[in-house]
Amino acid sequence: MMVLRESIIMKIHYGTAIGALFLTVIHIMMRLTQDFHESLAYENVIANYESVGYALLLELLLILISVHGFNGLRVILFEMNQGPTYEKVVTVGCLAGMAALIGYGSRTIIMTSMGMT
Amino acid sequence: MATIHPKLSDELSQTVVSSTKSVKIKIKRSNPNVNSEQKFDDFVVPIEKWTTVLDVLLDVKSHLDHSVGVRYSCRQASCGSCGMKINGKPGLACFTKISELDSDTVTVEPMDNYPVVRDLAVNMDRMINNHKKVMPYVIREDSEIDAESGIREFLQSPENVDKYIQFSSCIKCGLCNSACPTMAMDKSFVGPQALAQAYRYIADDRDKGKNKRLKIIDESHGIWRCHFAGSCSQVCPKGVDPAMGIQLLRGYLLGIRD
Repeated sequence: MMVLRESIIMKIHYGTAIGALFLTVIHIMMRLTQDFHESLAYENVIANYESVGYALLLELLLILISVHGFNGLRVILFEMNQGPTYEKVVTVGCLAGMAALIGYGSRTIIMTSMGMT
Repeated sequence: MATIHPKLSDELSQTVVSSTKSVKIKIKRSNPNVNSEQKFDDFVVPIEKWTTVLDVLLDVKSHLDHSVGVRYSCRQASCGSCGMKINGKPGLACFTKISELDSDTVTVEPMDNYPVVRDLAVNMDRMINNHKKVMPYVIREDSEIDAESGIREFLQSPENVDKYIQFSSCIKCGLCNSACPTMAMDKSFVGPQALAQAYRYIADDRDKGKNKRLKIIDESHGIWRCHFAGSCSQVCPKGVDPAMGIQLLRGYLLGIRD
């Protein structure tokens, strides 16, 4: 079932963790450029989305967290139960969940950055 | 029917009489081939300061209850047969002195993560099969027996031996697998014993089977399922550090070691 070797998947897992951590730090640092409550005001949040650079950061963060999170879930589920059919269902389910979350999150980012709110 | 020689009988009774201390041993009893009942049987046994858990169990078998099921052989921590849970921690019965336990009551149970055969004896097929799976032997095309020059040696430097020597102390007692939390959850996990042995042969510079072994352990229930709890290294009676071996193996797979 697995197309990729587990070591490749785990390299992706570790890489996405480091990447997500780095981007999250940037994301939080951006909150500190002004008063925290002000940075979360509706207009400022929309302005963030409408900035292409920031929208790309959010999109990248979404992809990294989705890939890392769903692979982590796959690993946990593999430990809870075993068997070829179960593992196939878990792998396909996690890939589907990952794609759905990235799709739905991207839709939000794209629509908001285009002013479709 | 076997009879005890009168002199030997005297010696046994003298041993018992000379002891001023005793310990209560609680032995977990079960026989899955008969029924699912599990119970603890208590016995009080005289001890000396050098008495081991295995000595106590053999005393119980000799004098109190012949039916206690326990596997043992060498009595000197070399064969790895008498692994069991002693006061909740995996250990070798022959290598654990009662005096070290600092308790008036000693509870012995079969090792976790293995099916029980009877009482304290467990089925170790899973560990042996995983051990075989990682090809625990030197793999190479050529031989130490050379057609032209006769017998030759594959020499190693002391530095090369240092890389794996501690891992070759493994006696296959299975305590590491018993202590491993992933083994408890994942019935397909290869386990710390086999992974440590995979490292032992990969790190051996006479061996040429590195890629084959790495491929075997690099699967969904292989090396990556280790959570680095480190309990395997804590319980090893021979000082092997499987947790470190696993991290070193990961180095090969992540490309940070050659």
